[in-house]
Amino acid sequence: MNRRPGLLVYGLLIAFVLGSTAPFYWSFLLGSHTAAIAAQGTPPLLPGGHFIDNAQRVFDTVPFWKALGNSVLVSTVAATSVVFFATLAGFAFAKLRFRGNAALMAFIIATMAVPTQLGVVPMFIVMAKLGWAGSIWAVIIPSLVTAFGVFFMRQYLVDAIPDELIEAARMDGCSMFRTFLTVAVPAARPAAAMLWLFTFMYTWTDFFWPLIALPADNPTIPVALNQLQSGFFKDYSLVLTGATLATVPLLVLFVVAGRQLVSGIMQGAVKG
Amino acid sequence: MTSDVDVPSGDTATAVPPEGRRVRKRSGGTRLTRRQRLTRWDVRLSPYLYVSPFFVLFLLVGMFPLVYTAYVSLFDWGLLSGKGEFIGLDNYRDVLEDPTFVKALVNTISIFLISSVPQVIIALILAGLLDTRLRARTLWRMSVLLPFVVAPVAVAIIFGNLFGDEYGLINDLLGKIGIDPIGWHTDRWASHVAIATMVNWRWTGFNALIFLAAMQAVPRDLYESAAMDGAGRVRQFTSVTLPMIKPTLIFVIITSTIGGLQIFAEPRIFDDITATREGGPDHQWTTMTMLIYNYGWGRGRDLGEASATAWLLFLIIVVFALANFLATRRFAKGGQR
Repeated sequence: MNRRPGLLVYGLLIAFVLGSTAPFYWSFLLGSHTAAIAAQGTPPLLPGGHFIDNAQRVFDTVPFWKALGNSVLVSTVAATSVVFFATLAGFAFAKLRFRGNAALMAFIIATMAVPTQLGVVPMFIVMAKLGWAGSIWAVIIPSLVTAFGVFFMRQYLVDAIPDELIEAARMDGCSMFRTFLTVAVPAARPAAAMLWLFTFMYTWTDFFWPLIALPADNPTIPVALNQLQSGFFKDYSLVLTGATLATVPLLVLFVVAGRQLVSGIMQGAVKG
Repeated sequence: MTSDVDVPSGDTATAVPPEGRRVRKRSGGTRLTRRQRLTRWDVRLSPYLYVSPFFVLFLLVGMFPLVYTAYVSLFDWGLLSGKGEFIGLDNYRDVLEDPTFVKALVNTISIFLISSVPQVIIALILAGLLDTRLRARTLWRMSVLLPFVVAPVAVAIIFGNLFGDEYGLINDLLGKIGIDPIGWHTDRWASHVAIATMVNWRWTGFNALIFLAAMQAVPRDLYESAAMDGAGRVRQFTSVTLPMIKPTLIFVIITSTIGGLQIFAEPRIFDDITATREGGPDHQWTTMTMLIYNYGWGRGRDLGEASATAWLLFLIIVVFALANFLATRRFAKGGQR
């Protein structure tokens, strides 16, 4: 609504943002105190000087760097692959006429509502048969494509590429693939960036299937956090240091690309 | 793929758009040149070539497992022993007769309701606040989205500490205003509130941005005429904004239903008090997806029962999605569009 916000609006927003950020601080706060202080409930509200010590204990308890490497690998490969296949298929659905176009697209929309992660049992059986159980490939392979990705790219490309541009490229003698590369790919770039970012975050934070597929010595970040917490003695300074460390990479990504993320969510909302 | 681009440039002048070529083919027996035939196949096959990598992969990793789950659910199938006898619907009977199943079903729906209803309401209010002429607009929007970068596992660790029964910050604060400590990890409904809080913390800002986008598409003159009719700000919000963003509202409700019914990371991590981590000593906050894990990879080690549970959960999600869809249609009829 077109009006200048008053103090009340700013006050409510500030309260909300404080609520959003306080848990970050809490996590770091407990991570910066010794286990003994963290075990006694509410610690001093200023950070202590033990964060580095606690971080070292996290590295000693779980294979944190291995997990970080795995998470970077899985998320990067998944995001890149989803964007590639979704752009290719989204272009065909948005701009090319072929038999079955509408039916296949309806199938994709329908499957978006189907939680494919309910297929964990066969996935586990197949991965075991292929000898991939426990390997990071067991997590990478199922995340290579998403129905949402194709839907998202199609919605974007329908409006982003004028039909005349494709006809012009064809007139100039471009092959279909050449047309895709020279016309569709540049036009898809903003949407591709958003889809990449979303898929990266989604894959990074995924927990259910990696927990099933990966062993303790080859985890992703969420699986490593899960291990960190499963000790007998509840060592809050340790697990909250782990939670803080695990959040840093995505926080960095957010600082770099948060603006695009915001506009991505808002554009996706209008299109969807 | 690019081989047909390398033909001598003189040829390109004769290239015709697809429609023209088809006409020419029908009109007579003129032999097509090799290049023309190539182009024809290019036009015809390319779409399939472009969508097929997605479909092949998707059928393999998305659809096939779902169907095969139904197959596994009909067998005695151990995690370690592998496929055993065909036992028909026995797995379904065993799961349905397990008292934990009913508990998990009630827990899942309860957590889902406690998380989605306040979340949608707060997100709507927040979007309304953001839909004003704020200073540093982008900064506010980014701040609201910040919790979204924290993985559910980390969210659950942080909030599991905040909701500690004995030394948690929340019970401490409640004690300061004279309220007795709440057994977040023992009382069934209290645990649902704690878990729902985690979900709400992570998703409210995200949904607010979606609502905000929809609100900004509402024509401004609607507000002006509402104001002229004497509608106050709250009245404008309920009579203009809400009806106009109904499609988005329904979209958010449906997606949060599908996601909410599958909640796993938060309740599992919240259980840091039992060794089996099945969702509380008395399954106070075991959810349906946790049940799949518990049957298959936890104590049960029974992939048949895990598959049966997965299919039951799938059916429940379909029922909820269908109910949402029907509600959508009714709303849409009653609404302005």
